[in-house]
Amino acid sequence: MYLGKVIGRVVSSAKNEALVGKKLLLVRRTSDDRTVVAVDAVGAGAGEDVYVCRGREASFPFSPEPVPTDATIVAIVDTVNDYR
Amino acid sequence: MIIARVVGNVVATRKDVTHEGQKILLIQPIDLNGAESGSTLLAMDGAGAGPGDRVLVVQEGWSAASTVGRQSSAIDAAVVGVVDQVEIA
Repeated sequence: MYLGKVIGRVVSSAKNEALVGKKLLLVRRTSDDRTVVAVDAVGAGAGEDVYVCRGREASFPFSPEPVPTDATIVAIVDTVNDYR
Repeated sequence: MIIARVVGNVVATRKDVTHEGQKILLIQPIDLNGAESGSTLLAMDGAGAGPGDRVLVVQEGWSAASTVGRQSSAIDAAVVGVVDQVEIA
């Protein structure tokens, strides 16, 4: 998983059936400032700090729906404690 | 698996149900000299690790999920061991 911030959303009308009703959010990854599109599984919104699950496991929050995603927001972050 | 250092943790109230009750660690990959190497990531704790520990991290879903005792979890990385010592031949 990796940390990021929700910076926007993506609207797509013609999409895979399993993605209908799913919120596609733009997430800026904290570690390298790259932007990814992630499906929202927890009701996240713009400006919120989140963490994202990547890979095959990204579709598990929607099980048994076979949602085609490789990145899913699985938590809204309250606090990051970095002891460095 | 990679060798990394636990540099912190993350607190999240609203999260996927499979993450409830799990410790979420902030992980910094390191090289054999202990210098930071690559981007930080988050991993579930499957070994009782804490800040400052040098650890082994799996970055593969099935293995990561099984360390916390739940299959089909939305978990892509987990700490599977605390490193006591690395011997280089």
